[in-house]
Amino acid sequence: MAMDITFDKVGFSYSAGTPFENRALYDVNLNIPDGSYTALIGHTGSGKSTVTQHLNALLKPTEGTVTIGDRVITAKSNNKNLKALRKKVGIVFQFPESQLFEETIAKDIAFGPMNFGVSKEDAMAIVKRVLPLVGLDESFMERSPFDLSGGQMRRVAIAGVLAMEPEVLVLDEPTAGLDPAGRREIMNMFYQLHVDKGLTIVLVTHQMNDVATYANHVIIMEKGTVVKMGPPAEIFQDAEWLQQKQLGLPSALAFLDKLSKKTGIDFGEERPLRTEQLASVLIAKVNENKVPDQAVPGKAGELHA
Amino acid sequence: MNCMLDKLLFGRFIQSDSLVHRLDPRAKLVGAFYFIIIIFLANNWQTYLIMTLFTFLCVILSDIKLSVFLNGVKPLVWLILFTVLLQILFTRGGETYLQWGPISITSYGLINGAFIFMRFILIIFISTLLTLTTMPLSLTDAIEKLLGPLKRFKVPVHEIALMLSIALRFVPTLMDEATKIMNAQRARGVEFGEGNIVQQMRAVTPILVPLFVSSFNRADELANAMEARGYQGGEGRTKYRVLNWQLRDTLSLLAFAVLTALLVIFRTS
Repeated sequence: MAMDITFDKVGFSYSAGTPFENRALYDVNLNIPDGSYTALIGHTGSGKSTVTQHLNALLKPTEGTVTIGDRVITAKSNNKNLKALRKKVGIVFQFPESQLFEETIAKDIAFGPMNFGVSKEDAMAIVKRVLPLVGLDESFMERSPFDLSGGQMRRVAIAGVLAMEPEVLVLDEPTAGLDPAGRREIMNMFYQLHVDKGLTIVLVTHQMNDVATYANHVIIMEKGTVVKMGPPAEIFQDAEWLQQKQLGLPSALAFLDKLSKKTGIDFGEERPLRTEQLASVLIAKVNENKVPDQAVPGKAGELHA
Repeated sequence: MNCMLDKLLFGRFIQSDSLVHRLDPRAKLVGAFYFIIIIFLANNWQTYLIMTLFTFLCVILSDIKLSVFLNGVKPLVWLILFTVLLQILFTRGGETYLQWGPISITSYGLINGAFIFMRFILIIFISTLLTLTTMPLSLTDAIEKLLGPLKRFKVPVHEIALMLSIALRFVPTLMDEATKIMNAQRARGVEFGEGNIVQQMRAVTPILVPLFVSSFNRADELANAMEARGYQGGEGRTKYRVLNWQLRDTLSLLAFAVLTALLVIFRTS
């Protein structure tokens, strides 16, 4: 079953009906196509995390409708049978290591699947399958999650969500506070799942480079509403507009813009988002400007290699 | 569970610049405690009327809408009704309207029930007023100052005040943390508030354990950060927030004296 997610005129307030009412979302319209890698970006406090909690009905909209797969959630829909939905949409919250509680890592990872009715043996089989995905091995199974380093705890927590075998994986800044190697490893792991298993991924992040590298669909939020939605190439077209929204460019594009400004060279219409694309744009420019008979043989070849 | 915590007003603060807000926290703290003591002096309708009028005067002076207070009473309404009902059913004396075994409805019971109802409402109003108009930190400052004389009897006043202010500071943080952990566990298929009592108690473990662990970590980090910034205990510390007793504070305590006098005059002995 396709798990398209659509928000139609969604509004949400925290503590609705009290003096401390706090409006978080206004008229949010967005869609997350099945099988996409969607990045949700925006300034701090723009409502990104509130949106993620609507994706598996942890919060219900105070106005409008959220459609997840074939389920429609409105302010009035009741809380029964949300389990089936929560199994399909897994959320990795910010700093997920704070959700660990069992005596052993194996039990903690199996906790999710067992809540959804998987037998103990099957759950253990899932644990064995999931651990290598997050870069840990079976020797960890019987250890206590509280003896691990922060980075390893994060991996166990992520494994606990992956073990539910969701169809949609929501990641709320999954790599915040990790070292560069750990970040890359975990981000690549998510991307592999997206490519190999067709997992729909929703990534909330402040890292424009991650957006440029992985996402094929971008949603920008500001002050509780969606201000732009589209493919990354389109989103990163207008640097000034992004600046106004307190967002930036991926570093490849930022570098090219600066280079073009300082040297006055026009690099053409193509807007590279990743380092490899930047390299090919620069190589193309270098080759184009070279007078063929002055070229030193081998130099151009080196660049291509 | 979430909704209930949202609605519970007690212990929260509303920023404003009313007369009550500007009073010295010591005056407010002493006043609120004193009010709770003297409410037991009231024993007829005249005295309860005086107390009610006084409470409403305070509420008006605080610039906070009455509806806010009424909402604050709502979560406690069952507790109040339960107590009042027990009073009504089990008090004997006066004219008896109904008698059934140990249960009886009498005129004394009805009057006592009404008085206890008023007592609850007024005490909740006044204590809510105290916390709504006083920043938690000012409250702990006031407590430290008021407990000051106890230092002579080797009571660790500074430590108590410090613990109080840290505890108050971390109440919202821990509430946020608890909500976050609850959401994370709900996303992993835990359903709170469903099933029988044993199942419901079991569902609490995945919140309690992480909450305790993070509290330990937080305490460790906070203690380190405090030491790194040169904290060595209460001895020889200066104060950033200085309490400032003014004429209006004296006057507000005088109002309590007048209130006491009126109560003593109008109560039946």
